[in-house]
Amino acid sequence: MPALPLDDAGKYVAAAYLVFLALVLIYVSIMATKLARISREIGELSDIVERRAEAAEQPRDREPV
Amino acid sequence: MVFGRGLRPLSIASAALLTSAFALVFFYAPNDADQGFVQKIFYLHVPLAIVALCGFVAGGVYGLRYLRSGDRAHDLRSYVSIHLSLVLAVGALLTGSIWAKASWGHWWVWQEPTLVSFLIVFLLYACYQPLRFSIEDPERQARYAAVFAVVAGAFVPLNFMAVRMAESLTHPRVLSTTGGAMPGSMRLTFLVALAGMACLFVTLCKYELASKHASMQLRRLKRRLAGDEGLVPLERSAAPQRL
Repeated sequence: MPALPLDDAGKYVAAAYLVFLALVLIYVSIMATKLARISREIGELSDIVERRAEAAEQPRDREPV
Repeated sequence: MVFGRGLRPLSIASAALLTSAFALVFFYAPNDADQGFVQKIFYLHVPLAIVALCGFVAGGVYGLRYLRSGDRAHDLRSYVSIHLSLVLAVGALLTGSIWAKASWGHWWVWQEPTLVSFLIVFLLYACYQPLRFSIEDPERQARYAAVFAVVAGAFVPLNFMAVRMAESLTHPRVLSTTGGAMPGSMRLTFLVALAGMACLFVTLCKYELASKHASMQLRRLKRRLAGDEGLVPLERSAAPQRL
């Protein structure tokens, strides 16, 4: 086939590079979602640890000196 | 074990190399005498395909290392390499299809060995995740997946050589006939694009390894904290669950 004129070829070239960009963006957004979940779970765990530390300290506070 | 070491310089190098490559593609490399402007897809499609195939082979190498050492970190590396190679292979198939439509007037040519062989490799590796997911026991999952990765990884170069020896109908032989005749400016652009894609692959692999490792550590911590409230069962997953 003869070479496509620039107007027609441009659409295909743009489509190919946009496919690559879309793939990278989708991948990065999935990774970002996973990292956000990890961050949220770390927050939940640190809350649990803090609550346990407080619970462990309370009986000691009530003991007579 | 730290999987995220060197991520910042790698990310910067990937961004710099890919930006340079795309600048070279559109402002430095000349239009192809035969195909014209549409040949610019070559600088994206071929690096995607090469890096995807190398990633599949890397997955096999890590699988072999897991089988030899029993180190679960190699199983994780093998899983991530294959997972990311599948993403790049989707890119190679889509960009190739767009290029085929622009150059040959068809989205796909079933008589062309290069296209069909790449599709076979892609479909073979598309079975990798379902295989892992179908096995509940983590030890067996890692072992079977490693055997799959080694066998399929060995198939990739064999398949590549078989296609090289086969008679091509329309698809160019990029690294021999066409590649050999590429002018210096086109060759430089191609090499920078290939280096950028390889760098992007390594960077994303490291990101995913670091993310998976963080998830594993978090899960372990959760299970330890939930110790007196009953053991939290491991979720069934295709990805390795622990190191």
